[in-house]
Amino acid sequence: MNTLSAFWTNYDGPGFIAGTLLTIQLVAISVVAAFVLSLPLALARLSHSAVLRSVAFCYAAFFRGTPLLIQIFLIYYGLGQFAFLRHSFAWVFLRDAYPCALIALTLNMAAYLAEVVRGGILAVPHGEREAATAIGMSRALAYRRIILPRAYRLMLPALSNEVVIQLKSTALASTITLMELTGVARRLVAVSYSTNPLLIAGAIYIVLTFIITRGFGFAEARLNRHMIRS
Amino acid sequence: MIDLQGYGWQLLVGVAVTLELAFTCLVCGLLLGMLLAGAKMSRNVVLRRVVTAVTNLIRGIPEFVILLICYFGLTNLIYMVTKADAQLSPFAGGVFALSLVLGCNSSETFRGAFLAVPHGQIEAGRAFGMRPGHVFLRIHLPQAWRVALPSLNNLWQNLLKDTSLVSVLGLQELMEKANIGAQVTRAPFTFFLVAAFLYLLLLAGSTPVFHALERFSSRGVLRR
Repeated sequence: MNTLSAFWTNYDGPGFIAGTLLTIQLVAISVVAAFVLSLPLALARLSHSAVLRSVAFCYAAFFRGTPLLIQIFLIYYGLGQFAFLRHSFAWVFLRDAYPCALIALTLNMAAYLAEVVRGGILAVPHGEREAATAIGMSRALAYRRIILPRAYRLMLPALSNEVVIQLKSTALASTITLMELTGVARRLVAVSYSTNPLLIAGAIYIVLTFIITRGFGFAEARLNRHMIRS
Repeated sequence: MIDLQGYGWQLLVGVAVTLELAFTCLVCGLLLGMLLAGAKMSRNVVLRRVVTAVTNLIRGIPEFVILLICYFGLTNLIYMVTKADAQLSPFAGGVFALSLVLGCNSSETFRGAFLAVPHGQIEAGRAFGMRPGHVFLRIHLPQAWRVALPSLNNLWQNLLKDTSLVSVLGLQELMEKANIGAQVTRAPFTFFLVAAFLYLLLLAGSTPVFHALERFSSRGVLRR
């Protein structure tokens, strides 16, 4: 018991708890926001309007084709270059690391997620769309009642992957001074010159990854239970 | 229009370092990936289970944390062994970490690709009297390569983007050069945006290369 409490104090147990909570918070908020943002992006990619399509394409190309670290720096350090932004109301948020990290993580994930949603929508069997049309549903109603519920079920495995990737991406928030899991570990390394805090952080990430994949596995089994043939 | 105040050349020097790092990691990582894939398909149950478990665990850790673990861990290791005040170079740290990441990620790709080659092909090679190494190089690898390429394209793009993480260790690649330029000129948005477009250009430039490789590697396959 003694060694355990020594371990707890030596390796800043409360710091790691707070860091883990901040990591979970970053993942949760950015995933939900990206989830909301990804649907209009995916619909724009599939739209008949060439303008909407190309805007969505450029968005995806930029956020998928450049490192997340640059996107974080562009928002946190870069936006300060514009005087009108510094003098605007938005600066209350944009001067802090936390909102900037959230914005970057959200915009980045939304680009990847939009591809997943688009793939899910395209994977809905054509017969089901036809059935919706035949029954007299409008396009919007068909999307709401038939296509999207099917698409989101089809894309659950890919969604699980994206959330795990997002968990790993939040580690970069430590580069702009956020004290999430990696940030806490880096602070300890700077003090102690030991690699152990990083290994502890790595172990916690593995546990979180495990929880996410298990959670999605459970959700998938539950949501697709009408598909299971006995 | 875009004023880089004389730091434009520095960004190009950074591009060269980024490419050097990425190619070194590509070679080391793919070799490691093949070795790990071989271990995953080994007849030895313990080896197979251990390698599968370890690669899965490593894939659950952020690339950034792996980079820091490799860099500080290896520096500490060097110190423990030699007692000299030596430090691992950021480049070497980047190569170790990113090769490890690429190796773990590509091992699954390679395993699938190696299994996708029909067993009859390998038997045919053996029937010809080829030695195992020969069968691997002449029959197995060229055909597995074709299946692996699309996924390797993805892994390469991730690798190229992940090289930007090494800037945190102080390696003067594209990201760090942009950082320096941003701090000196106080025009961070300009510099990071230009750097972002350079990354975009590098990725866009590698797409046709991969398409050519895919065409080349499937030259013996009938198209429907």
